Amino acid sequence: LAKKTKEQKMDNLVEEYFEAHSSSKVLTSDRTLQKLRKRRLNQQTLHDLLKNAPLAYAAEIRDLNQQHESLFSKWMLQLHLGFNIVLYGLGSKRDLLEKFRTSLLQDSVHLVVNGYFPSITVRSILNSITEEVLDHIGTFHSPLDQLEFIAKRFKEDSSLELYVLIHNLDSQMLRGERSQQILAQLSSLPSIYLIASIDHINAPLMWDQAKLSLYNWLWYETTTFNPYVEETSYENSLLVQQSGSLALSSLTHVLHSLTLNARGIFRLLAQHQLEKKDNPSYPGLSFQDFYQQCREAFLVNSDLTLRAQLTEFRDHKLIRTKRGADGVEYLLIPVDDSTLTDFLEKEDEDV
Amino acid sequence: QQIQEDLNKQLLGNLVSFLSRSHSEFQEKTTEWTCRMKFREIPSAALILGVNVTDHDMTFRGLSDVLQDNITPYVALLEAKDCPGIKNLMQKLMGQLMKCDVDVDSLEDEDCVQVSQNRIRCSMSSLISWYKSVTKKTDSETPSKKRNSSSRYWQSPPVVVIFKDMESFTTKVLQDFIVISSQHIHELPLVLIFGIATSPMIIHRLLPHSVSSLLCIELFQSLSCKEHLSTIIDKLLLTSRFPFKLGEKVLQVLINIFLYHDFSVQNFIKGFQLCIVEHFYSQPLSVLCCQLVDIKKRVYSLSHDQCENIRRLPSFRRYVEKQESGKQIELLTNDSFLKEETEKLLEDLHVYHENYVSILRCLHVFTSSLPKYPLGKQIRELHCACLENRVWETEEYESSLQLARMLNKTDLVSMLQQCVEILMSCSGKEFDKTVEKLKEFLIQFQNLEAEASQERDVSVLSQKELQKKTDLYHLQKTLLELKESRRSKKLTKFEMLRFEVVDYIDSLVRKYLVPADDRTLHEIMYFNAAAVLRGHLNAAPRTALHTALNNPHWYLKNQALKCDGGGISNKAPDICIVYKLHLECGRLINLVDWLEAFSTVVTAAEEPNADAASSDQVDDIIHARFIRAVSELELLGFIKPSKQKTDHVARLTWGGC
Repeated sequence: LAKKTKEQKMDNLVEEYFEAHSSSKVLTSDRTLQKLRKRRLNQQTLHDLLKNAPLAYAAEIRDLNQQHESLFSKWMLQLHLGFNIVLYGLGSKRDLLEKFRTSLLQDSVHLVVNGYFPSITVRSILNSITEEVLDHIGTFHSPLDQLEFIAKRFKEDSSLELYVLIHNLDSQMLRGERSQQILAQLSSLPSIYLIASIDHINAPLMWDQAKLSLYNWLWYETTTFNPYVEETSYENSLLVQQSGSLALSSLTHVLHSLTLNARGIFRLLAQHQLEKKDNPSYPGLSFQDFYQQCREAFLVNSDLTLRAQLTEFRDHKLIRTKRGADGVEYLLIPVDDSTLTDFLEKEDEDV
Repeated sequence: QQIQEDLNKQLLGNLVSFLSRSHSEFQEKTTEWTCRMKFREIPSAALILGVNVTDHDMTFRGLSDVLQDNITPYVALLEAKDCPGIKNLMQKLMGQLMKCDVDVDSLEDEDCVQVSQNRIRCSMSSLISWYKSVTKKTDSETPSKKRNSSSRYWQSPPVVVIFKDMESFTTKVLQDFIVISSQHIHELPLVLIFGIATSPMIIHRLLPHSVSSLLCIELFQSLSCKEHLSTIIDKLLLTSRFPFKLGEKVLQVLINIFLYHDFSVQNFIKGFQLCIVEHFYSQPLSVLCCQLVDIKKRVYSLSHDQCENIRRLPSFRRYVEKQESGKQIELLTNDSFLKEETEKLLEDLHVYHENYVSILRCLHVFTSSLPKYPLGKQIRELHCACLENRVWETEEYESSLQLARMLNKTDLVSMLQQCVEILMSCSGKEFDKTVEKLKEFLIQFQNLEAEASQERDVSVLSQKELQKKTDLYHLQKTLLELKESRRSKKLTKFEMLRFEVVDYIDSLVRKYLVPADDRTLHEIMYFNAAAVLRGHLNAAPRTALHTALNNPHWYLKNQALKCDGGGISNKAPDICIVYKLHLECGRLINLVDWLEAFSTVVTAAEEPNADAASSDQVDDIIHARFIRAVSELELLGFIKPSKQKTDHVARLTWGGC
């Protein structure tokens, strides 16, 4: 009977999947964050606000962490027996690993890798091993060569021991096949001890049989409920203003450094775009029309100056040009309408 | 820990030697074949090794060693990960071959220098020239040279290239290499060996006809990993040499991981190793888990605390309860008396093991030949069944006894003979009587043969009688009589004997195959924490996340978090609330609605205590908390930003998980 219910449950799961993906139409409301009256928060204010908000259940979380900390000596033993340790569970495991480092690894050579750091690469890990641990100066053709060199050195000198702690082994930069392969080979060296943490639900998909056997994992569930402070600070959330796309602050910043005429040109374009914002098929303002308007406002005196000005805008990613079906160049500002409105309002205040 | 490391080493050494032995046969075959295939096109061998890729390393290492000893010094092992392009492949190949050369020859330094120089530019032509120079060298030298000792008839030893994992090579590299080497085959006798994990079909899939026609392939099959497992279990668990034993649940977990996940013997060994570590780390009395000779010394060096530990063992308590009261008090208070008693018990335990193993083998002889295998085909299944509970109480045992009572004579005799052999081989003195008894049975059977022939005569006679009487009435009557007599009959002597044997075996089983859990002090030698083991070896990170997000009170012991059924209390951590709300959505989630739902829940939770704070600031804080929770979910991989609609995120999971 138990099997039957389980089967049914499986069926349900499968059905749920197809239900979720059956219709391409998705029923959600059309509201957007723009309509929300509130301003968007940026990274700094977010950080400040969160600092003020109290962390719930601090006492319980501390208990939980103490439980995990009691395992430290066991981890050491198991590391020395050739296993590597991987931590999983909800919550940031950064503090836990940090504590492990400070309490047990103080006297031994260890390397901490912040996997969540967006510019980390396997190369940099290997480099730090060869340069700082092995005192070797020099470059290698490929990571494989470097790995071979490391393996050789560790084999020759049995007194060398290295603890490697990797926060977020499954981060964007390290989850690639090549880098995992190299890390696995590194971890299979007998005098290198690896402790890593993973967070992503699909993290085990990174490893096939061969890598798993190289890693020789022992799994430990360490659910900490700690907030992912460091880890998410690099995660560009939708709700936070992103540095990648154009924001109001940067818009005003750039335009303040321009000449008055140039600002006028941009303003003209923005106004035109806002007028046409209800028309979904609006392709942008064609260059000829724009030139005409600018001349009428006495902003430019020749085709060439306007083009030079537009090139400057384009370099700052303030405008985008698109060639229409009839071969005419159309100009668009790649900023959403509300930001543009805000900008114009602010501009009006300034003047 | 000292003991444990010793044990570990002992075990692993045993395993390695065993594995290499089991491979050696297979290797012999391959080596022989390489000898034969000297001068044909490109001889190649395809080794079908099964999907347990992790175990193959050892095979290849053994193979290359054997080859180097017997046939040729030039063996190169190539792995797919080292050879993304033909250039890397050639480089690697050259490097390895020349190193091999230096290793085997151990010539003067100048050769080494050459090697490092040559590493820079590696092409087929340089390889050939190198090969020529080497062969010339060997040609000119006396045939008593080391590498020629076994095969001095071949002036030019073949160069063996082993491709460890054929499946993961890129086809282009492989094809190119084969084509190139086929053009130089006259100058450079190459032999290729492919390690194949799946089936020989893969060769034809990877290589087009034009390329595979250049090869002359012979297939070799290696032992299946299941056979490996059963031999390992046989050698490792069913011996009395190692005092450390696995409990039933643990063994079951290990076997399940093996059979349902990876087929990897290496992982099985790893699990076993972990068991040892766990056992010696967690169980304070595991010091006593040692060979019989050491027990006395160790028992007497026990401290008072350790004695207390012994007293606390559940199996020991059961033992004490069975004793009379005077002895009970002695056991519970007097340390030295306890020590004596412990020693006796431990010795008992060792004896029990020895008996257990041999009787188990006997029983296996019986059950493994029965139709449908009610108790399992392999000895490990029988072992599990015996450990699990009293085997004679199970239905399977009952049915197998039924079947055993119907065995015919030749089978029974041969089985008995096997049993006698097994019991003879084991050193225990207790079996003398048993052996004698079994021998007696055998003799009786031999005696029976004569009687059996008589019996046959009788039946023939009665048949003749039947034929004589043609009268219908009489016929009916005699038939009835015959039937009657057959039913009530006087079991033949053979049948009687058969019953006797089966009953005797049954009694043996009852006596010796008592599950270990019923023995006193079994905790010292048996490791039974299956849940721990499964958690470490076969973890489910996704389930952990799911429970943490769904029922946070499972981890955070707080009364406020407890709630009934599927709902979630509004006092849960932010991320749990956000997760719950996201579960209610379809494929796409509108961020604004999500935020609003979140703030409704959270303000409802805070209403009773917070009213003074200005609502704007509270709003901001809630907003910030929401942002944090959402980005945490993104980090965990539950959602991802979507471009389909503005300010929407896409769910990456479905249903309730």
